[in-house]
Amino acid sequence: MSFILDYYNYWVVVFLMMTGFYIVISANNLVKRIVGLNIFQTSVFMLYISMGKVNGGTAPILVEGVDVYSNPLPHVLILTAIVVGVATTAVGLSLIVRIKRAYGTVEEHEFETQGDVI
Amino acid sequence: MFEQHLAALPIILPLIAAPIVLILGRSTFAWAFATLVSAAACYFSWQLLWVAFDSNVISYAVGGWPPPWGIELRVDTTNAFVLLAVTALSTLVLLYAKDSIENEVAPSKHALFYTAHLLCLAGLSGILLTGDAFNLFVFLEVSSLATYTLVSLASDRRCLVAAFRYLMMGTIGATFILIGVGMLYMKTGTLNMLDLASRIDLYDSSRTINSGLAFIMVGVSIKLALFPLHMWLPPAYTHAPSAVSAFLAGTATKVAVYVMIRFIFTVFGVNHVFEEMGMDLILMALAIVAIFKCSYMATVQSNVKTVLAYSSVAQIGYMILGLSLVSAAGLMSGLIHIFNHALMKGALFMAVGAVFYRVGSVDISAFRGLGKQMPLTMAAFTIAGLSIIGVPLTVGFVSKWYLVTAALEQSHWAIAALVLAGSLLAVIYIGRVLEAAYLQSASPDSEPVREAPWLMLLPMWLLVLANLYFGIDTSLTTDAASSAAEWLFQTTESAAQGSAQ
Repeated sequence: MSFILDYYNYWVVVFLMMTGFYIVISANNLVKRIVGLNIFQTSVFMLYISMGKVNGGTAPILVEGVDVYSNPLPHVLILTAIVVGVATTAVGLSLIVRIKRAYGTVEEHEFETQGDVI
Repeated sequence: MFEQHLAALPIILPLIAAPIVLILGRSTFAWAFATLVSAAACYFSWQLLWVAFDSNVISYAVGGWPPPWGIELRVDTTNAFVLLAVTALSTLVLLYAKDSIENEVAPSKHALFYTAHLLCLAGLSGILLTGDAFNLFVFLEVSSLATYTLVSLASDRRCLVAAFRYLMMGTIGATFILIGVGMLYMKTGTLNMLDLASRIDLYDSSRTINSGLAFIMVGVSIKLALFPLHMWLPPAYTHAPSAVSAFLAGTATKVAVYVMIRFIFTVFGVNHVFEEMGMDLILMALAIVAIFKCSYMATVQSNVKTVLAYSSVAQIGYMILGLSLVSAAGLMSGLIHIFNHALMKGALFMAVGAVFYRVGSVDISAFRGLGKQMPLTMAAFTIAGLSIIGVPLTVGFVSKWYLVTAALEQSHWAIAALVLAGSLLAVIYIGRVLEAAYLQSASPDSEPVREAPWLMLLPMWLLVLANLYFGIDTSLTTDAASSAAEWLFQTTESAAQGSAQ
């Protein structure tokens, strides 16, 4: 039981990761796939933030009388990764807009029947 | 001043130039400026290679923060060699792109093409030069996002779906690398590659490190299109503009091969990856299947760009086969093939792009009778095609020679035989195109076709001549690749001895 409770944040990460991954693989609607990809990436952000936690540590700000801080580096790394994730989402959504204009649909099986997708 | 910052220039120059190109707007200015910047990056990476030859390693602390706290750019012969191939191919492709892009991309998007190309180049240079595992992920995403944009610029609507699928697969691959790097950081508390290497030795059989290794290997395998994870590649290369296919086929996946080499040899160490985890057998099996399955797929396609795309996946198989042999000779053959494959696939895609420029189709039936009508283009295709097959006096022969020698050195007779058998499949898929071009005549009602414009022929023939030159005088490529391979092996062996003591 403590194996589940002690690591509950990692269980959340694993659950979100697999949910996102499953949506990416199974969804027919391209927007839903982007949503799945976002959930997948968000789980990784949580993985990084979890590992920055130090027992009994406070926010990493210099204050008198506090000498245990959480590790700020993973937070900074994940800021960069969030920016990358936003950029990926933007590129993906703009591709979807152009796919909608070109094929008139964003459902994968509908434009596959139009015959000219490889 | 330039001397001091030499290591950063191949990244910084294209990165700063990209928005300037967007402002310049008019396609001729944008084209000339982008080509100049790329040529400058090529010149600086040439200098870097010579500095790396002399002093082995250049370490550059970005922003003056010393490693392992700051981000380090670390140049040795391995990455300087691959960087030279990438920047040189980028420059030639940009020369070629002017006519090709005017034909294949809407006029309003020309400046965007050059911007995205430079961003992609900056990202690829960054991946090659950085000595920091997280920084590598960031540059990987910079180059990938630019790549998705480049693929989606073609006027054919199918490129959009190809780009979207590429984006899905590419992002999953990059996120896997991010998870892997996170796990390494969790255990070791560092992101600098050398620092990681020395600390991973301390936790050799930790489950966190091993799952980190697994995530990174799968992520990089998606990026380099290793056999079962290659499905994004053929559609993307088929529907992208020709200049983009020529650039990506020679650089993007090959830089990912470099990332795999870097993680195996510098970060994790050969002993850990190959002897304890047994990954050499997995890689070897996948590489051999890639060579045969994808060479076979290449023989049954009717679109010549798809043929070349499947051939690319097969060629990646040869590179991975080289490093799965776990010897300095095998690694060297993989590195040489990265350089040589850029020369031959670049020339082949350029020739196919020239055919598309004049004929308007890249179907194999469109090649009928082109041997007479576009003699220079088809001659370039023929020589580069012979190079893919591995005929003596071309670079393809040099690659295959070192790969077969490396296999025989360890008495892997079956592998040497399989490599040669794979070349026979290349004879079939290149031969089908040549047969259409030289032995069949054009249908009588089709319009006569002229030779491609000289600005497309020039870079194409420069690559073809490089194919012949490096096939005959192999001193530059073999010196660089063998010193890189020996150096990579030495560092891992000395690290292993250091931890054993």
